[in-house]
Amino acid sequence: MAVAARASRRTTELGLIVLAALVTAGGYALASLGKTASLPANLVPFLLVILGLLAAGHVATRRLAPNADGVLLPMAGLLNGIGYVFIARLDPDLAALQAMWTAVGVGAFVATLAVVRRARDLEQYRYTFALLGVLLLLLPLVPVLGRNINGSRIWIRFGPATFQPGELAKLSLAIFFAGYLVEKRELLQTFTRRIGPINLPDPKFLGPVLAAWGFSLVVMIFERDLGSSLLFFALFVTMLWVATARGIYLVLGLVLFSAGAFVAMSAFSHVRTRVDIWFDPFADAGGRGFQLVQALFAFGSGGVAGTGLSLGSPTKIPAVETDFIFAAIGEELGLLGTTAIVTAFLLMVGVGLRIAVQARSDFDKLLATGLTVSLAVQTFIILGGVTRLVPLTGITLPFVSYGGSSLLANYILLALLLRISGEPLERRAAPRADNDQLDETVGR
Amino acid sequence: MNRQIRRVGVVLMALFAGLFLQLNYLQVIRADDLANDPRNTRVAVRDFSRPRGQIVAADGTVVAKSVPVDDAFEMQRQYPEGELFGHITGFFSFTYGATGIERTYGDELAGRDLGIRNLKDVLVERTVTGDVVLNVDKGLQQLARDRLGNKKGAVVALDPSTGAILALWSFPSFDPSPLAAHDQKVVRAAYEQLTSEPSKPLLARTYRETYAPGSTFKVITSAAALERDPEVAARVYPPTKELQLPRTKSKLPNFGGATCGGALPDLLRVSCNTGFGQMGIDLGADALFSEAVDFGFNARPPIDLPAAAASRFPEPDEFKQDEAGLAKSAIGQENVRATPLQMALVAAAVANGGTVMRPHLMREVRDSEGVVVRSFQPETWKQAVPPDVAGQLRDLMINVVTSGTGRAAQVPNAVVGGKTGTAQTVGDNAHAWFIGFGEGNGKKVAVAVIVESQPEVSEATGGRIAAPIAQAVMRAALGL
Repeated sequence: MAVAARASRRTTELGLIVLAALVTAGGYALASLGKTASLPANLVPFLLVILGLLAAGHVATRRLAPNADGVLLPMAGLLNGIGYVFIARLDPDLAALQAMWTAVGVGAFVATLAVVRRARDLEQYRYTFALLGVLLLLLPLVPVLGRNINGSRIWIRFGPATFQPGELAKLSLAIFFAGYLVEKRELLQTFTRRIGPINLPDPKFLGPVLAAWGFSLVVMIFERDLGSSLLFFALFVTMLWVATARGIYLVLGLVLFSAGAFVAMSAFSHVRTRVDIWFDPFADAGGRGFQLVQALFAFGSGGVAGTGLSLGSPTKIPAVETDFIFAAIGEELGLLGTTAIVTAFLLMVGVGLRIAVQARSDFDKLLATGLTVSLAVQTFIILGGVTRLVPLTGITLPFVSYGGSSLLANYILLALLLRISGEPLERRAAPRADNDQLDETVGR
Repeated sequence: MNRQIRRVGVVLMALFAGLFLQLNYLQVIRADDLANDPRNTRVAVRDFSRPRGQIVAADGTVVAKSVPVDDAFEMQRQYPEGELFGHITGFFSFTYGATGIERTYGDELAGRDLGIRNLKDVLVERTVTGDVVLNVDKGLQQLARDRLGNKKGAVVALDPSTGAILALWSFPSFDPSPLAAHDQKVVRAAYEQLTSEPSKPLLARTYRETYAPGSTFKVITSAAALERDPEVAARVYPPTKELQLPRTKSKLPNFGGATCGGALPDLLRVSCNTGFGQMGIDLGADALFSEAVDFGFNARPPIDLPAAAASRFPEPDEFKQDEAGLAKSAIGQENVRATPLQMALVAAAVANGGTVMRPHLMREVRDSEGVVVRSFQPETWKQAVPPDVAGQLRDLMINVVTSGTGRAAQVPNAVVGGKTGTAQTVGDNAHAWFIGFGEGNGKKVAVAVIVESQPEVSEATGGRIAAPIAQAVMRAALGL
């Protein structure tokens, strides 16, 4: 039974990978046709490289995580491929770098699967990861190392390269939260105080919530990175609630978030500006609202079917290769393309949560939830931002945007999810009680 | 824990559902608004950086072309003839959009409207562009410019039988080149300089400015009489120096205190204000208004240039209790306003059996391989008067040039008819007008000339200042 399931998952993965490679190569060819009316000279080598990279990932799962989920890697490959086609079309110089970073990302994917043989092994290093996460996040504030780019101090210099350590911090902190919450779960669930009808935990256990909140504020104020700040806080509160099932933490989180947002709004002009732009981007369409207005024009000009690859003008949008790449997709591939991208993310999120539900240990569950939520929230923050569903907070679109740190971190995230997904199936071969039901009763 | 994870799933699903809804809102419901928002420069940028067809004068002179340059826009629009064709080509500016032919035939020039002929067109639509060939001849345009000289005014020449515009010059004009520059600072500086100039060089006086038509309007008053009230047309008006305006203390004098009167041919020949003033009162507001509308007043002429101005004759209601105003309107004063283009069309109608053809600049559109994809088909715009009335008007106008105020317009070996005008403006200045037609050498031409603000107010002004310009243009157009 296990062998059959294993075989079918890997076969699915291989088939989907070939499809993703074909879609990418087809997009690459079309983008070139749109630009110069000729097929790219390097189409065949290009296709081989894509297939090669994805095949490397596939072989690694076959060898290192044979029971792992078969959908996540092809989805990531597809998003990465479409992102690459757009980056190559927008800025050929960045394309070579992105290809290199993709290779680095796939390498990190393989290495993670090779090194982390069981996700639970990470649990014992939780405080190391906490320290690592905090360090990574605060690294850009170090005077010589840190760099201000576009008003945010979230970059560090690495010789000639720049790097956004916050992307990796996200992973470290998710691992720490999972370990910490498993350890303190019972204490955090025990409510000793009572004010009126509301049960409250011992104040000293509120410490972690306040610490996470304060930490988010530090990131927001000193690095001016609203997106990451929001992501960390949402990640922590969600994981805390999943671990404890105590609604009061959600309420508390919401109150603290509102307070933080209110303070930020009144104290920092750049935060207020973001909200003003969100409220009416056209009020200053040529100035502060320019980027968002241009993105909205791109979506509108794309319409349902899009202008076709290379036939739009998305280069008008500032930061179109990174945070605003979705607007370029909206213009050239239309609603059909944007729907496909969002659906791919939705599928990945669905798979991630299924992995969490099926995971056997609490740590695995929490980690899978945390990783999935961080992927989902990051995606939502940036997609909601560029489509003006929510105020814009700059952050990369996982797998699609240009950026080495982003690709590296997300491929590691993928490897961790696959590692967790491989474990319950191996156990399932042995007779056991249904884990889900057991957990349900405990959870209540 | 699984219960919480499932709830997290529901919340995330709701967030993504929000994204789907927002995308449908942007890319379906609001798509057209966003795509066509005037601040969305996508279409302009695409047009701006793609090859664009040429605009070519009738004699083959290239008056607008795009040449490849080494900057972000890739193509630079150039206007080799500068201000000579400035008001015709208009400009193609990234900041200020397009005007003139650049605007009217923007789709053809950009190659958007030429049809798809093969697979390559489907994949790379940008290689196909269209060239617009004009009816305007460079030689005639240059002649109009030389003859008008440095006086503010306008010259319109057209073919009465087709409506083809042969010359369309007004002074001052402008060179479109700086407005098509890629450095937007240069563009803004040039535009601000042009708009702050009191002489309004950006204004195409030929078809976008209206003036009191003065005595040239008497052609329409005559037409109203001949067509609508034969009894008035046959009436002989006693010679007088001035006309006592009904219900007022004021009087309508003849220029220079002259005494005139008589039957219609004599009234028109010497441009008798008192006679036509009374004739306007005799005809009534309805007849004059209807006649003016039949010639094209109170409507935008369907010329293939953007934002043509409509000429104006007041509604009949406005003349209730105001026969004085009606008398002045009958001689093209008071609130009557006409563009030089409209007055050229009046002369053209007389020379074309009463039919006003649709004025047209484009002769044909060719694709980049020289194949004609569209050509100008003459169309009737208005039937101003029946052919027999047109014949009578023609004789009256020939009479003016043979033995009246328009003698300066005579062209050897051609039949020329016309009407002078002196439209009094504020103070001691007047606009000198001449409208007319010439027939000879197997060709026909109609013209309107206006020279603004001449210091001398007399009926002779139009004949002395404007008629010689018209004469030269008609002679050249007829090839005599």
